[in-house]
Amino acid sequence: MIFNVKIIFVTAALFIITFSGQGYAAGGSNTGDYKMVHKQWQFNGAFGTYDKASAQRGYQVYREVCSSCHQLKHLSFRHLGDQGAPFYDERYPNPNDNPLVKNFAADWSIESIDGETGDILDRPGVPADKFPAIYPNDAAARASNGGGLPPDLSVIVSARNGGADYIYNLLLAYEAEMPKDMVMGPGLSYNPVMDGGAIAMVAPLSEDLVEYADGTKATVEQMAADVTEFLAWSSDPKMEQRKSTGLMTMLYLTILAILLWFSYKRVWKDVEH
Amino acid sequence: MSGHPSTYEPKYAATKWLDTRLPIVRMGADFMTFPSPRNLNYWYTFGGILTLCLASQIITGIILAMHYVPHVDLAFDSVQRIRRDVPFGWLLQPMHAVGASMFFLAVYVHMFRGLYYGSYKAPREVLWIIGCLIYLIMMATGFLGYTLPWGQMSFWGATVITGFFGAVPVVGESLQQWLLGGYAVDNATLNRFFALHYLLPFVIAGLVGLHVWALHHVGQNNPIGITTKTKQDTLSFHPYYTIKDGFAVVVFLLIFAFFIFYQPDALGHADNYIEADALKTPPHIVPEWYFLPFYAILRAVPDKLLGIVLMLGAIVVLFVLPWLDTSKVRSMRFRPVAKWFFWIFLFFCFILGWCGAETPDNIAIPFGVDAAGQVRGLNFTWLSRIATIYYFAYFVLILPILGLVETPKDRPDSITKAVLGDTKHTAILPAE
Amino acid sequence: MSDDKKLDIPSAVEDEGKRDFIFIATGAAAAAGAVSLGWPLVAQMGKAADTLAAGSIEIDVSKVAEGQQLKMLWRGKPVFVRHRTPAEIKIAEDTLISDCPDPEEDSARLIAKPDGSIDPRYLVMIGVCTHFGCIPVGESGDFNGWYCPCHGSHYDTSGRIRKGPAPKNMEIPEYKYVSDTVIKVG
Repeated sequence: MIFNVKIIFVTAALFIITFSGQGYAAGGSNTGDYKMVHKQWQFNGAFGTYDKASAQRGYQVYREVCSSCHQLKHLSFRHLGDQGAPFYDERYPNPNDNPLVKNFAADWSIESIDGETGDILDRPGVPADKFPAIYPNDAAARASNGGGLPPDLSVIVSARNGGADYIYNLLLAYEAEMPKDMVMGPGLSYNPVMDGGAIAMVAPLSEDLVEYADGTKATVEQMAADVTEFLAWSSDPKMEQRKSTGLMTMLYLTILAILLWFSYKRVWKDVEH
Repeated sequence: MSGHPSTYEPKYAATKWLDTRLPIVRMGADFMTFPSPRNLNYWYTFGGILTLCLASQIITGIILAMHYVPHVDLAFDSVQRIRRDVPFGWLLQPMHAVGASMFFLAVYVHMFRGLYYGSYKAPREVLWIIGCLIYLIMMATGFLGYTLPWGQMSFWGATVITGFFGAVPVVGESLQQWLLGGYAVDNATLNRFFALHYLLPFVIAGLVGLHVWALHHVGQNNPIGITTKTKQDTLSFHPYYTIKDGFAVVVFLLIFAFFIFYQPDALGHADNYIEADALKTPPHIVPEWYFLPFYAILRAVPDKLLGIVLMLGAIVVLFVLPWLDTSKVRSMRFRPVAKWFFWIFLFFCFILGWCGAETPDNIAIPFGVDAAGQVRGLNFTWLSRIATIYYFAYFVLILPILGLVETPKDRPDSITKAVLGDTKHTAILPAE
Repeated sequence: MSDDKKLDIPSAVEDEGKRDFIFIATGAAAAAGAVSLGWPLVAQMGKAADTLAAGSIEIDVSKVAEGQQLKMLWRGKPVFVRHRTPAEIKIAEDTLISDCPDPEEDSARLIAKPDGSIDPRYLVMIGVCTHFGCIPVGESGDFNGWYCPCHGSHYDTSGRIRKGPAPKNMEIPEYKYVSDTVIKVG
């Protein structure tokens, strides 16, 4: 009977490998000779957690560089101080009280309506606010970016085949040399990680573009890794809770399975089958 | 719902009173003592596993419906809100999404088990047909539900699948627009898909009731396919099979939990994290893995209408299978030739799934390199054609003919003899 | 009412014909009611008034540069306005319609201006693959027209289906020139 259980496992595994691996690994093809760098992210694996210091620096890169074009529409400022988030502080279980979060929020201006006059005015953000839109609408975003629409970044790591590695490599691949037979349209840059090799975003990162408060040297690799770490958190903010709950669940189910196995043996003890 | 003489005897005045008015306790008791063949193996635990899957999908689904907003401007955002802000939404949303895959995984095991042990043969034809109906509605429910997160795959999957109706001669376009409630997939479509996605699981639950009723009326099949004859051939459902099913369920939950907690996106598609865009089709659209074999059959045919007809035919043929298989022997254990054709059939189903996931013009099996340095070989279109031909041949040629020409192996007279050997051994049934 | 005394006798035998008529009439009335009620239940799923009133859009085709394509959403579907290059026009006009699975001349796919002239530069069509409704990608495929990524249908520079599973040419929407350069779709 143990043998049959193995068959179930093997069949399930085969099924999944056959159907998921092959088809869904497609896309995100790269042109030229560019070799994707597969970084050992701290959040990889069953016990992986986000590198908080890196994600904090990543927020700085987002704020100072990316946020001029890209929104984080599914995030509120308070999310930055949630459990498992880059700026979580156990002294402030309610992220709305976290002074860092308050400061980040106040750094943005939020459009709101004056209750007395009905005029539209700008006020500093509070932790409960969502990250504001960068452009009033998609047409305005396209008009400001030569026809390209800067994608929202809240779930960008989940939304690309290759995930964090894709984003990290995309930011680094601008340095790759363009194949000689390739012609770039106006306003496009060569980027071998991008599908088709042409991207509307100009190389966003350059050496020492930001000044890190913790003294880390702001190389392009460092900034790319940091902002990717931040965006990985943004795409999957509950990963740490999920993995730790998962561990307890798997342990519980294993114990329950063992108990059930022995109960089963006990019940069937005198029965030939 | 029970096909065996009731052994329930109410003990108390209250239960006696109830038993003469609504014998619901009797029904439950008869269910638990239902005589099941004593030789059921682990492949027979998937009925219980599927019941759990359905219950899990209904419960998580109702919870998600409390937070989800079926509107084109808000659907994607509301799913994100569930994952970020709703208490335990990060757990319940993947439970429902991964749960759909697990449900199909279990139903496929359950169906192939039925195919192998001949569970569709007399007197279980109606039982089998209800099962096929459940599978069909499951597919509809899965498709409708996949539209709801309103990602790119949701939108374009809905566009392609509702496009099938457009292929119907004469009334196709009207039918398609009636289903969509507009000229293209839009808010009206999302709204009705949500309503129907909420409804269909309860239809499935009703059919499951009929499925179990039919099962209890005709009795369970078993791995050797020999009808139960004596009391010795059977065991009471409880505790023998409740405990066995319980163990199998927990092993299944381990796989389920692994995906929920460690690979929640492995069975999905990255494009569905991009909000639906009516102006841009993703470059590589594929359905969910559980539809891939049918998608491969659809694409194997260059003609639009014929492709759809074949794809539907692949499901319809299951309904008439009880009358296509001419063999009197149920279990493949005693069919030395048919057994091999069965394994080849299973193999080709996997091949079809593989073809469905790949770009049709790509090379599946390389033979070598031609003069220009291009890889030559069998492409996925042709591979899927071969597999499609086998799929249909298995049902309409191989099974009907084999039943007439194959010489089955000797079968034991009864389950008891098969289990205990052909000795004078008296099986002792433990006290119930 | 003369059969009062025969109350204990099953009268159905005598009145068979009459009863049949009553049953049929009752059944027919019930069926008519069910159908009348059923129709609204079915018809509600059709296009609502606001969807039908989706209206028309005006496009200034002169704003589309040569070799470029404009994509506008109309009735939930994209409308392509392609400013074709002379080479593309030539290929489209020179194609033998016997090579097309859905034979149609290039000129039949263009609409005349108010003065009766046809400007072959501007191709206006619904950018939806006639297979299962995906949006084909421009300037690609075996015929340098459009290629549908979903199931590999190839369209030529006139939007005609040439290869692949799609059965028909890309649809030309109902449109007219309201001035020399502005078209009104719908």
